[in-house]
Amino acid sequence: MSAVVQTPPAPRVQVVRWSRTASASVAGFAVLVAVAAAVPMLFVPLVGNRLTALLALVVLAVTWNALAGYAGLVSVGQQGFFGLGAYAVLALSDLGVNAYLSVPLAGVVCALVALPSSLLLFRLRAGQFAIGTWVLAEVFRLLVSRVPQLGAGTGRSLTSTTGVDPALRQALTYWTALAMTVLVLVGAFALLRSRVGIRLQAVRDDENAARSLGVGVTGEKRLVFVLGSGGAGVAGAITLTNSLTAQPDNMFGVQWAALMIFMVVIGGIGAFEGPIIGAVLLFVVQQLFDGLGNWYLVGLGVLAVVATLSAPRGVWGELAHRRGWTAAPLFHDVRWPALPLASGAAARHDAADTTVREEGRR
Amino acid sequence: MRLLDAVVQGCLLGGQYALFAAGLSLMFGVLKVVNLAHGDLGILAAFAAIGLAAGAGLPLALAVGVVLVGMLGIGAALHAGLLARTTGALPQISMIATFGLSVVIGNALQEVFSADPRALDLGWFGTAGVSLGGISVGLLPAAVLAVAVLALTGLHLALTRTAFGRRVRATADDPGTAALVGVDARRTYLVVTALAVGLAGLAGVAYAASSLVTPLAGPSRLIFAFEAVVIGGLGSLWGTLLGAMVLGVAQSVGSVVDPSSGVLVGHLVFLMVLATRPAGLLARARVRA
Repeated sequence: MSAVVQTPPAPRVQVVRWSRTASASVAGFAVLVAVAAAVPMLFVPLVGNRLTALLALVVLAVTWNALAGYAGLVSVGQQGFFGLGAYAVLALSDLGVNAYLSVPLAGVVCALVALPSSLLLFRLRAGQFAIGTWVLAEVFRLLVSRVPQLGAGTGRSLTSTTGVDPALRQALTYWTALAMTVLVLVGAFALLRSRVGIRLQAVRDDENAARSLGVGVTGEKRLVFVLGSGGAGVAGAITLTNSLTAQPDNMFGVQWAALMIFMVVIGGIGAFEGPIIGAVLLFVVQQLFDGLGNWYLVGLGVLAVVATLSAPRGVWGELAHRRGWTAAPLFHDVRWPALPLASGAAARHDAADTTVREEGRR
Repeated sequence: MRLLDAVVQGCLLGGQYALFAAGLSLMFGVLKVVNLAHGDLGILAAFAAIGLAAGAGLPLALAVGVVLVGMLGIGAALHAGLLARTTGALPQISMIATFGLSVVIGNALQEVFSADPRALDLGWFGTAGVSLGGISVGLLPAAVLAVAVLALTGLHLALTRTAFGRRVRATADDPGTAALVGVDARRTYLVVTALAVGLAGLAGVAYAASSLVTPLAGPSRLIFAFEAVVIGGLGSLWGTLLGAMVLGVAQSVGSVVDPSSGVLVGHLVFLMVLATRPAGLLARARVRA
């Protein structure tokens, strides 16, 4: 009996990294930026002031999510770089640098400070790293409080923009903030979609499997920490050009860490879209409850704790998981052709499975 | 002489930090969770004791006793209600949840008790002291140091000599294997968390007896305790005591050199140890805790 062995043609695996929704969201983003750029010409100055604060929140949330949600670096000390960024604008404008130009420069300064800091902090693991960053933020605060030129403990105002007409100043501040926000969003998206991001997500989703494939990520984590700290510095710089005054206890205050964590946890940790939603939600909450003082922070804390218990994926994570939504695709959607044994049932590695990694652990 | 005095006062201050550090170290060693609300839980205990003693007029010993028992209960509730429920999620989630708790406790205390500094009044004992060769040693700081040494010794003996200690160490090393031989990991975790929060409460009461306390002092207590643990070397209880003293001496000597820079000098010593001896001064001691 002669058996004819037919080897089936090797199945062609398709890797999809883009979707129609993604194209739509990019188009929507472009329109939104264009509309946002026109805001100073349309509305009263106060709106520009508040929107600038929102943009600073977006930058903070996106960069903190890159740290905690992708690189696994839970820092409760990013307020150190936030404050440093604010004070860098003060110092640079004292040296004669244009205040708006010094916003991106402040980010560069913070990234440069973050590099040697990471050499020390990366000796600490997980929870210890968190408190280590907090110590560093305290060191920055105590050091800045000792510099009389920067107003020491009582703080100082940014004076280099006082000559500018207030409406124009507000518009320039807002446009600078918008440009920096777009830069941070596009940069973070490109970074997390690149090889660096893929490796980080692999280690985050299953460290043992990733290591068995030879994926180690210390260099990638350091890169995210340096860039993320630069981003926190930019947010601080934006906040200073908006509020015009800096005071160490406020700029280096741990409440900024609380806000970052709240935005990311409520919006959706480890999903690109999550922190943006979180920033908008926090902004709305701030407009409604800002007069409540400490109770407002108590409320944010309670919400964050409840969210970690009942919806650890956050608002966006839950939506993405249930509806399969992805506006900013960081995934590799691997599509197998119909296998001979299970014809018709194409195994589809869904986007949500790479975005939401708890599934495998439960 | 001033320097010697600063060193002695620093060692006594170290007792306070060691008490805060003991619970933090225990919980991290066993649950691998850094409780970012550890300092705030201590401050909560401090204000509860002040409220019961000064506000409700309870005798001091009774007030402190009630608070400490309450803190054990809060610790058990913290594990059952929060930590045990987040174990399946991302490892970062449980830590983030404790940070949320820290924000809640600190700001709620500020709203209820206002930002005014307060202290636990111990009467004559709070200010009494003896002079040893020209250096005055306060009875209260000495008592706090003694309590810290007792607590660390007790913890050490409990972990090394008792059946409970064996269960804790087994769970800390490998909860899966410990479960195979009949150790209930969940229950062990619950007891350890209760104990750690009880120690935080004890540390908070000692702190409020020794100096003025503000509602938002929790994070700085957490940071000092953490620095003590890292300076001494993770996993070593005696290292924690040594680290707490090194930190206390650094702060106290730093304040002699420049009154406003004590805390900063403490942080810098911590960073120096991290740079030169990242495993701590007493690394690789025998006891894991």
